[in-house]
Formats: sequence, structure tokens, C-alpha cells
Amino acid sequence: MTIAVEKNPPVKLPNEPQITPQVVAEHGLAPDEYERLLRIMGRDPTMVELGIFSAMWSEHCSYKSSKVWLRKLPTQAPWVIQGPGENAGVIDIGDGQAAIFKMESHNHPSYIEPYQGAATGVGGILRDVFTMGARPIANLNALRFGEPSHPKTRHLVSGVVAGIGGYGNCMGIPTVGGETNFHAAYNGNILVNAMTVGIAPTDRIFYAAAAGVGNPLVYVGSKTGRDGIHGASMASAEFDQDSESKRPTVQVGDPFTEKLLLEACLELMATDAIVAIQDMGAAGLTSSSFEMAAKGGLGVVVELDKVPMRETGMNPYELMLSESQERMLIVLKPGREELARRIFEKWELDFAVIGRLTDTERMVLSWHGDVVGNIPIPPLVTEAPVYERPWTLTELPAALDAAQVPAPKDWNASLLALMSCPDLASKAWIWHQYDHLIMGNTAIRPQDGDAAVVRVPGGHKGLAMTSDCTPRYVQAHPETGGRQAVAEAWRNITATGARPLAVTDNMNFGNPQKPEIMGQFAGAIVGMAEACKALDFPVVSGNVSLYNETEGKPILPTPTIGAVGVIDDIGKAVGSRLTQAGLAIVLVGETKGWLGQSLYLRELCGREEGAPPPVDLAVERRNGDFVRGQIAAGRVDACHDLSDGGLLAGLAEMCIAGGTGVTVKQPAGTAIPSHAFLYGEDQGRYVIACSSGDDVLAAARAAGVPAVLLGYSGGPSLVVDGLVSLPLSAIKQAHEDWLPSYMNATE
Amino acid sequence: MKARVHVTLKNGVLDPQGKAIGHSLNRLGFGEVGDVRQGKYIELELAETDKAKARARLDEMCRKLLANTVIENYSIELV
Amino acid sequence: MKAAVLVFPGSNREGDVAQAIELVTGRKPQMVWHGDGDFEKTDLIVLPGGFSYGDYLRCGAMAAQSPVMAEVKKRAAQGVPVLAICNGFQIAAEAGLVPGVLMRNEKLKFVCGDVHLKVETSQSLFTNRYQAGQVIKVPVAHAEGNYFADAETLKRLEDRGQVAFRYCAPDGTVDGSGNPNGSIENIAGVFNDAKTVMGLMPHPENAVEPLFGGCDGKALFEGLVEALS
Repeated sequence: MTIAVEKNPPVKLPNEPQITPQVVAEHGLAPDEYERLLRIMGRDPTMVELGIFSAMWSEHCSYKSSKVWLRKLPTQAPWVIQGPGENAGVIDIGDGQAAIFKMESHNHPSYIEPYQGAATGVGGILRDVFTMGARPIANLNALRFGEPSHPKTRHLVSGVVAGIGGYGNCMGIPTVGGETNFHAAYNGNILVNAMTVGIAPTDRIFYAAAAGVGNPLVYVGSKTGRDGIHGASMASAEFDQDSESKRPTVQVGDPFTEKLLLEACLELMATDAIVAIQDMGAAGLTSSSFEMAAKGGLGVVVELDKVPMRETGMNPYELMLSESQERMLIVLKPGREELARRIFEKWELDFAVIGRLTDTERMVLSWHGDVVGNIPIPPLVTEAPVYERPWTLTELPAALDAAQVPAPKDWNASLLALMSCPDLASKAWIWHQYDHLIMGNTAIRPQDGDAAVVRVPGGHKGLAMTSDCTPRYVQAHPETGGRQAVAEAWRNITATGARPLAVTDNMNFGNPQKPEIMGQFAGAIVGMAEACKALDFPVVSGNVSLYNETEGKPILPTPTIGAVGVIDDIGKAVGSRLTQAGLAIVLVGETKGWLGQSLYLRELCGREEGAPPPVDLAVERRNGDFVRGQIAAGRVDACHDLSDGGLLAGLAEMCIAGGTGVTVKQPAGTAIPSHAFLYGEDQGRYVIACSSGDDVLAAARAAGVPAVLLGYSGGPSLVVDGLVSLPLSAIKQAHEDWLPSYMNATE
Repeated sequence: MKARVHVTLKNGVLDPQGKAIGHSLNRLGFGEVGDVRQGKYIELELAETDKAKARARLDEMCRKLLANTVIENYSIELV
Repeated sequence: MKAAVLVFPGSNREGDVAQAIELVTGRKPQMVWHGDGDFEKTDLIVLPGGFSYGDYLRCGAMAAQSPVMAEVKKRAAQGVPVLAICNGFQIAAEAGLVPGVLMRNEKLKFVCGDVHLKVETSQSLFTNRYQAGQVIKVPVAHAEGNYFADAETLKRLEDRGQVAFRYCAPDGTVDGSGNPNGSIENIAGVFNDAKTVMGLMPHPENAVEPLFGGCDGKALFEGLVEALS
């Protein structure tokens, strides 16, 4: 490889420290990575240059441990306009409209400062979407907290929820869905995954690749301060006892400024002034300017003294690595600077021309006329470390025989206990803090359906959106768990009547340098890839968060699947609320009574064992297409796909959401123990409430889909012949009380 | 010169934030804490050098923007 | 009916109310930027929901001092009707267009969800399509909706019938159970003396379509059209 040598080496900054092995280590670079840097540079780097390599080669920015595996995910379909590699994924939803979406994690900062960590997570993902020209129309989030008895949990829940609400509500984007789990494995590392979906015209999508030698590089938004310096490096490091002292590196968000930034950017995007645009996220000005130039095959000169500064005495190192929020980088067409400046000044945002594109394929940083950094771009990209870390797969545990699992002594008590356990309990305390109604397009509200359904502005189409993952399944057998996460997200969307279109994945795992953790990642990816392929459900964007471990204890492997689907007529979307008496309750899909890794087993028997439920992708597809067809034919009043807690939990959820009871019984001829039938978590199943059970059953027979009549809706109670008889009020109280009581409890 | 403005709730106006703070302190073992009122502290750098003029202008600032005189009192300190 | 909807930095429900107005009148309202000192004469002025100026200092405090508000105050004094929703209510209160003040929710959290409101009077431009005592369901979405007025102001409001809506239970009982924010006397909305300005915390503009929140808010806009056309 060629050694890049420039005519004049850069000038060092006053008081610049010597670069010692310790300084290199503090920057998160391994010794061999530093050797690579020296070969690329052909000389010792300056501190700024070291900082840039450290940021660009951090796990968060370079995906060095995950790239080889991510390549296995299917990313294409006729409706995919842009797959992974840009700020967000883009899919065609018809009528000249595109949905642009992505999910991102902000795990480590949220543990340290829950409000700001979660808030800036939302801010960051919003920018990733609107930087492509999309007005965001919905937010979702997936949260994983430690066990409720852990001393930090309450504080973290309170802060994270307030932060998500504080940022999203101020931005005026409805937060319409998500999931929240609790488990001891997250005690030292919570997960905050934030997803945004936006809409843009298909012929007006903006990308990051810079073009046009000489074109101006423009900085807009908030001034730059010292926020989060080394956030990207921090995101890649495990926590230890000193994590509390990392507080100064957490960024503080200002949603008011971001709202102004959103409006200003959309206003500028309506003109033809923009060549390329990228938001400044992790590693701020460094990653944005670097990536824009790299993608365009160009070079860039950045005049750092022109960057708007919030603090006095900032130096080039700080300016390049600052993670101050609410900033964008734009390449404008020549001569459009004044037009753009006027728009940003109207919205009272900073605007500065800070550089220009060149044809040198080098990043040159200047500071009051001196060159303080000079890095060749292509080698930094092509020679970024890529690791094929050793991995050992988790073996598939033996299937648990239902006979080895005790049936409940008291059936009513068992259902109440399950409905009030942290994972299943109502999360209303959370989502009532989120504005889920702004924009007036929310057709299916949180807990009223398996996916949120929001009208696409300007027509009658609906977008169905969900986030799902069952980490205990992934822990037991990553490949099955990965497959299941995708299948369940697909089911969630299908259950509303929508056509699932694409996935954004947020991979949250422990330390990849441990073979068993790398094996979890590999296994999950293999399972996900299989499911995405079989279901025509490509991955169009995503994020990886590794090193979620504290003192050697990793989180449960958590590949969160965010997904989007479309329903052509939002008037035909169905939720899961049972609101009418006299409806036939039909169970679609086969039940064998799978109790391994079930919530029943964990919450009521105190055991986490057995293989997770298997996922037959062909069956998922067949059953789901059947259900969607029945919904389109207008036969379905309410529909709920089954997951945590199995059939009984699913029925209970439908009943209390709609205020109508059911009377059902296990069909004759099923030789499965009752607790396995009612609490088993067999996959590929839905409960449909319909006025004509006969029509649906006949159609199922014709389609070769197993379906059976369980009973009818009506009355004030949930009744399972001979086993359960509970007034809905009791179930509702158990379901709704747990979280508020927990959060309001004084220690 | 520097100015310090304290904006506080008038007596009789319910202060849920103050109440929550008081309860939290009590729960942390500070049983001696009774009523708590939360207010705002605003620091301003003024180009003015005449104290009397500054005070008059600050008074106007408070009445016009910094305090809602329906429910808040304010006090001004010049450094 | 010609309407103008003001847009401040940080407003975010101007689109929702514009959509509701268009649904009911068939025409888009004029969107007026806060920086404009003047704007076309209209039959109705709307101050929409949002987080103007980030809700910094106090909700609505800085927006109330915007250039456009001087003109709004002038027109309101001349009797031009003003509908002030949520952040708009906060701005109107700060600007002195309606009495009282909006403070932090008693439970200190943002709250979004449906509430039931008792319509206190049908004798106004805004409520003439409702019946006095009618119970309607509309959503709220706010963190500072706790209405407060001192004893003297409160008495005046009650005596003069200036309370427009109160939070109630689904059956209309006003006993605090339906109050999402602790507002005094369960007040959700008030009129000015002349009943030409109405401020309310709930969002009728998010209850105008059957599939999206129900239609109980529609009659408010229909009432305005009827009164002002």
C-alpha cells in the first residue's frame, strides 16, 4: 500500500501532549490498529488526527466486529429504494411516496444520564431521518431495564421515559409504539432503542455523498461546545466502577432547536440548493465530513476557526470530536449560500460556510491559516479494521416436555399473576407521557393493536409500525431467537391487516471479544437472515451496539427488530380490542403446547429453561397471508397475534382493551395439557374475533391453515370452561396497577 | 455589570415541584425539612454601568418577561 | 369563515388545527409567521398548540411578546374572535387576553390521553353547537395545563359565566376524578369578559374524524363557522 506523504506536515497545537501508548489506548485504539494508522499516515499523527482515527475506527462508527455478519442480511426487494449504508433506509410505499426509517441505540449514555441519554437518542434518530428529506411522522422505542428490585431501575425508567417524551413531544412527532422489558441481565446496562419513521416524495430524497469540487461545505444548527467528546469511543467501551465519572461526556439535547432545524432543513430541501446533507451524530463533525467526502470520492478542506462555537478557547481537537447536538452538514450548489443563509437566519439558527470540497481525496483541517490535520480518506475507509472474531455457537437446548412443568394450582391466580408481571403489565404509565395523538393521524393507539397504525398524510394509506424481540429466546438459542424476532415483527404488522415491507435492526449484545457473545451475534444474524428472506422482509437500515456488559456480565442478546408495513386503506386496519359481544373467537395456527422459555415457566415456575419455540417460516407466511386476506375481506373485527403468555394472555389483553369478555374452551381432541395449550408460546398463531366464525373456518380449511373455534365474546368475564373465570375488572386492575404502583412506591 | 434575579412563587400558589422535592428529601432521611418552594435564578450580564438605571431596566425586564406577576414575585441583586 | 393560524418557533399543532378548519370550512386557513407585525384581516385568529420557544422560562411567555401578538391584542380588543388551544391558551394568558395562568401539571408529568369535558354554556361563538351540560370526549397532551387564578379572579369568572369547559367523569360528574392536571375548579377552558376569546387546554382539533379520535371536537369548529359566516 502506498504511504501518503504530504508536502508540509501539519502544525501541532500549543500544549499538544505527546502521543504515548497510553494516549493511544485512551483513544480506544489497539496497538495493531495504531500500527495501521502509522502506515496510512506515513508519519506520526497529530492529536487531532489521532482523535479522528479513533472516532472513525470505533466500533460504533466502523462496525468492525459486526460487518462480516451484517453482510449476510438480505437488503433488497422491488420496493427498496435505499438499503443499509445511508443515514436511514428508504422504501417505496406507492403513490410517489417513500417511507424512510431507522432504529438507533443510545444505551451507554442513558445508563449514565437517563433523561439526556434517551432524549439525545431520540434527537439523533430524528436527524437521521429528516436529513434524507423526510418529515418524521412517528416514533417508537424499545426499552430494556434491569429487574425492578435493582436500586437503579426506578430512576432509570423515570428518566428515560421523561427524556423520550420531553424530546419527542416538543418536536411534535407522535410516539406511537414500542416495548418495555425488565430483566436482571440489564441491571448494569439498560437498552434504549429509538426508531423514527418519516415520509418523503420518492423523487426528493437526499443523500450524503458529496459532489462538485469547489462546492461549499456549510454548517447549520446549534453552536459547538464540549459535549460528549469521545462519546463514540465511550459507546464502545464496557462500563466499570468509574462509569459515574464519565458523566461530563453525555450530550445535552435541545428539542426546541431541533424543531427549528427540522423546519429550516425541510424549507431548504424544497429548493434545489442542496447537493448532499448529513447530520452530525456520533463523532460529530468528524464522521459527517469524512463520510460525505468518502462517499463522493472527493476530498474536503475544513476551516475549523469558522465553526460556530459556544465555548471560548476551543481547539481543533475538541471541534472535530464534539458531539454537540442539533447540527447538520450540507454541501450546497455554488451560489446558493445566501438563499440558505436567509432560511436558517429566519429560524434563528447558526449558519456558517466552513469549507469546500476538493479533488485531493484528503481531509485537510485548517486553523487560522495553519494546516493542523491532513488525512488521506480512501485508506482510512478501505483499511479500517474488520474483525472476524472467533465465535462459538450456543447449542440448542433440549425441548422441555410440558409434563415436566407443573400446572397452576389456582388458574385464576395464575392469570392475574402473569398479567401483572413486569413484562406483560400495562405500560400505560409510560405511553401516557408520550404525545401519541399529535398530527391527528393515529388510527391505532398504543395497546390497542399489535402494531401502531398511522395515516400517511395526504391520502388514505396507513403505515403499520412495530418493534419486537424476545431476548430470553435469543439467549436460549440465538438462531431461533433471531428468526423469531423477525417473524413476530412480521406478525405484528400482519395482524393489523397491513403488508409487512421492511426491517430496521438494532443489534444489542455484550463484548464481541468473547467467543460465546460473538456466537450469539452470529447466530442471531443467521436466524434473522433466514426469516427476512423467507418473508420477503429485507433489512434496510440498522445499528449495532456492542460491549453492553458490566463487570463481565453481559446483557441478554437483544436483536431488536423494528418494522414497517403498509395498508392501502386505513379504514380497513384492525386492532386487537374486543368491543362487541357475540363474535366468534377463532384460533389460527397450530398449537402443540410449547412451554420452553415461556413467560409462564419463568414467572410462575421460576425457571428459565428449555429450547425456545421453533419458528417454521413457511407456516408463518401461510398463516399470516391467510389472516391478512380475511382482514381485507372485511371479516375480522379484532385480531391479535400470540406471543408472551400464549393464548390466555392474548385473550385477556383483547378483553380488557375492549371491555368485553369471552367464554372459550380448549377444543375437544387436543391431547395437550391445559396449561400447555393456554400458556404455551407456539409461534405462527393469531386470535381472530369475527361475526361469522363459519366463513373464516371454511376459508382456513380451503387454505390449509389450521383454525379452530374457541368460543364467543360477551359478558363481563374471561371464562375458560372448567379452569378460569375472572371478571375483566379484576384482570384490568392487575394489569394496570403494577407499573404505576412500582413507580410511585417510596423505597 | 452582573445582575442576579430570583423569581419565586407567591404565597398561596400551589407548588407541586416544591412539594415533590420536600417529600424526596424527607425520604432520604432529612426529616427536618418542612415546606419547600422552588423558584428560578437568572443571571444577566448588562452593558449598563449606572446602578440606578440598571435596576430600573431590570425591574421592567422582570415585569415584562422574566416573572409572571400574577403568580410570581421577583427580587433583583446587582453585583 | 376566514381564519388565520399563528405559527411561533416551536409551535407544532398548527397543522392539526389547520386540517380541522379545512375539514369543516372547505378552505385552508392562512398560516401567519410570528415575525410578521401585520397580517390579512380574518374572521378568526387561532393560537395553536406546541412548545413555542421550547416552553423555556414559562410556557407561552416569550411567544406572548412576539411582534405578531401586538396586532393580535389590538384585534382582540376590537372583538375579533381568538381561539387559543393548549400552548395557545398559555400564550393568551401570558398576553392578558384571558385571565389566569397555566402552571405545571400537579403530578409533574406530561399527560396525553382522552378526557371528558362538560360544556358549561352554549352561549358563545365557540360552544353554540353544543348543549350546556353536554359531555364530550377530546384528547389532552400537555405538561403545564394546571389552570390557576386567584380567588378574586376565580369568583369573577364563575359569576360571569366565563368558564367554558370543566374536566368531568364520563357521566358528567365534576368531582376531580376526570381532571388530568389539578386545575382549580376542574377548569379546562375559559372565555375573556366579552366571550370573544376562548382558551382551552384540550385539543378539539384532534377529535374531528371518526377513525382518528372521535368527532366530539368538530362541533366547536362548526359553531365558529355558524357564528362567523
